[in-house]
Amino acid sequence: MWDTLINVERGQELVISIASGKGGTGKTTVATGLVQTIENCSYFDCDVEEPNGHILLQPSIEQTEKIYKPVPAINSDLCNCCGKCVDVCEFNALINIKFDIVIIEEMCHSCGACQHYCPHEALSMRRKEIGELRKGNTGNGVLFVDGVLKIGEPSAVPLIKKVIERVKPDVVNVLDSPPGTSCPMIEVAKNSDYCVLVTESTPYGLHDLVQSVDVLKALRIPFGVVINKFEDAFKDIVDYLEANDIDLLMTIPFDRKIAEAYSSGKIPAIFNNEERNKFEELFKRICSKVKTTGAEVV
Amino acid sequence: MKIAVTSQGGSMDALLSERFGRCPYFVIYNTESAKFNVITNIGEQMQGGAGPKAAELVIKENAQVLLTGKVGDKAKDVLDRANIRVIDGFGEAISVRVALEEYLNNKIE
Repeated sequence: MWDTLINVERGQELVISIASGKGGTGKTTVATGLVQTIENCSYFDCDVEEPNGHILLQPSIEQTEKIYKPVPAINSDLCNCCGKCVDVCEFNALINIKFDIVIIEEMCHSCGACQHYCPHEALSMRRKEIGELRKGNTGNGVLFVDGVLKIGEPSAVPLIKKVIERVKPDVVNVLDSPPGTSCPMIEVAKNSDYCVLVTESTPYGLHDLVQSVDVLKALRIPFGVVINKFEDAFKDIVDYLEANDIDLLMTIPFDRKIAEAYSSGKIPAIFNNEERNKFEELFKRICSKVKTTGAEVV
Repeated sequence: MKIAVTSQGGSMDALLSERFGRCPYFVIYNTESAKFNVITNIGEQMQGGAGPKAAELVIKENAQVLLTGKVGDKAKDVLDRANIRVIDGFGEAISVRVALEEYLNNKIE
């Protein structure tokens, strides 16, 4: 019912990203928990290096699509190794070995500068397969999309972009972000209306939370925090949030039952009524935050 | 023949650098003239691709042999393509001079 509320209020889709600095804090727990409590929503696993949303959501995959990125190819009949392409490459993807140009495809960002500046038209762009996009549905009508990056492919961002392209208008879209605060996480967070940062009650959890907060402030994306594996005795995170006026959206207790259920593939929101209510409450809070923030911008 | 050695400093008595892509300096020793010159490694501060870029530098200096600690896969590919002989496995406890002597006295294959 909440998605209807949002459509009326906003007249467009809502994109919620679920991110964290530290890995293993519970991004997928929170993302899939949300998906299970919102009607008519879509789930996007953007952690293409190690997607795991499908383990919990068990979608039936109906469509797969190979994803490519452009990389340069050199016609050695036309190339005289002048090195212009090497000079213009910002990413060290081209190396001049005097009698040849070596292309290091993993380093290439597909910008096309080498092709553009080649005085001898010796460069063309060819397609390199970087992974696969999978699309399907979960049993209860949730659209499921994820990306699977090819092993050995160092850059996740081109594939993440393809996953995010599938975001649907007029519904709630939940983006499950990769961990960390580098390019892949930024790609996901900057494409969302609101970001939920998931952390855990440990000093490491706090350390990486602070980094994530800095990133989101720089991106000007509104956000709030969920503390997973929450323990009352560890006050540092709650103190940090209060001191910096950051919303604490929800806590999930440090509970063996939750860990056991998760390890057998059960999402907290499904197996536990109390947790389900908390996820509904979480979604309500997110909606109210997006509206408030939107109003401030106007 | 020119031999490139990864180095932590700008002299023959500086300690060898185990790192190839991100070593601070290369000492290029010329066996015919028994002279050396030092070049700073532009790749040291690079965000990514330092190894291949360092390989490019060694190639540009016309070195035929490289003495170093460890070379990454991408840099190794570039060096192989340019037919540069890579002698790796040197530690940082010895100077550039000692590494060169060990190599030139055929102590290392």
